[in-house]
Amino acid sequence: MVTADAVVSAVTDPELPMLTLADLGILRSVTEADGRVVVTITPTYTACPAIETMRYDITRALSLAGYPGAEVRTELAPAWSSDWITPEGRRKLADYGIVPPAAAASLGRRESRAPIACPRCGSTHTECTSEFGSTPCKALHRCRDCLEPFECFKCI
Amino acid sequence: MSSTSDPDLAAYCLMLGDDALIMSHRLQEWCTMAPELKDEVALANIALDLLGQARVLLTRAGSADGSGRSEDYYAYFREEDEFLNVWLAEVRCKDFGQLVAALLVFATWRLAVLQRLTGSSDDVLAGLAAKAVKEVTYHRDYAARWVIRLGDGTAASHERMQAGLAYIWPYVAELFVGHEVEKRAGVDPADVRAEFDRVLGEVCAAATLVVQPLVPAHCSPGRDGMHTEAMGPLLAELQGVARADGDATW
Repeated sequence: MVTADAVVSAVTDPELPMLTLADLGILRSVTEADGRVVVTITPTYTACPAIETMRYDITRALSLAGYPGAEVRTELAPAWSSDWITPEGRRKLADYGIVPPAAAASLGRRESRAPIACPRCGSTHTECTSEFGSTPCKALHRCRDCLEPFECFKCI
Repeated sequence: MSSTSDPDLAAYCLMLGDDALIMSHRLQEWCTMAPELKDEVALANIALDLLGQARVLLTRAGSADGSGRSEDYYAYFREEDEFLNVWLAEVRCKDFGQLVAALLVFATWRLAVLQRLTGSSDDVLAGLAAKAVKEVTYHRDYAARWVIRLGDGTAASHERMQAGLAYIWPYVAELFVGHEVEKRAGVDPADVRAEFDRVLGEVCAAATLVVQPLVPAHCSPGRDGMHTEAMGPLLAELQGVARADGDATW
């Protein structure tokens, strides 16, 4: 039987299906007590609308793997940081065309970041068109050379 | 989580939660109204962040007051005089200049309060504050960029931005009065006044806007449940569906 931890780690993000919850770094703990699994996750943003779907996806995956009646808890503290996205998660984001967040959000936000390279042509001649994108965790950018609009994971 | 009742903490969570809920509603009204699509997306994102903060705070209020009432109860089934938000949150902004002025003031003030709340003795409040600081920093930056762009733009945009600031300015002094509950359970907003003045001063200087001196306020009516005439219609819209069908789920 697959461990509950392995089952939960393989569940994917509903908005970013190339990433598992483990890649995204939102999985805090998976514990088993009295035949029941308790999963604790942390939202990327307080109001992340994907949380309810994640809750459903986790309990469903566990149920199918032989762990019925799991409980999913959410916990805000310590606050999630984009630094928690794993190296594997960053690679998957980049492969998908979403620029991964710069390492170490704690070192400073956008203003002090290295130039962002266009995922299509690699040019660093890019600009941020909006810090708010299709999901709370992503910003909109544009390449000034190939003109491709693209998304970039926010550094928080 | 402790089940013992803590009325001050509950009231404080309602104050911060109502600020976020009502401001979120006002921002949502700008969907389809903003000057560009990306600003619609930005305002909706900011509204969503604030709604998330409100949910955590209203839920905490329900555990802190010992009633166990849900976030939905506080949002949908309270009367106007039970809402404890500041007046700035309920102001109806009909011009984008007014909106970004209100958002700049609101986010600058809230961010300063939240930064101090990360050290709260209440774990839920401290955890929410640490999370919300990251979000509201983006809100403040967004508003500041627009205020500078419009203020330091054309003669027409400058005039409208200055008028926008004047429109919301009467509501600013209330933010720093400091209700007894705020002083006992959280952060005395009077303590963030200097930081607020510094940030506003920097942004308005870059925007070539004149900042009027604040006329000191002696009471914070919103914190005592007294509201402007804009609040009734806002609540009618916010609560209408839930009240029309009490069994509805979503």
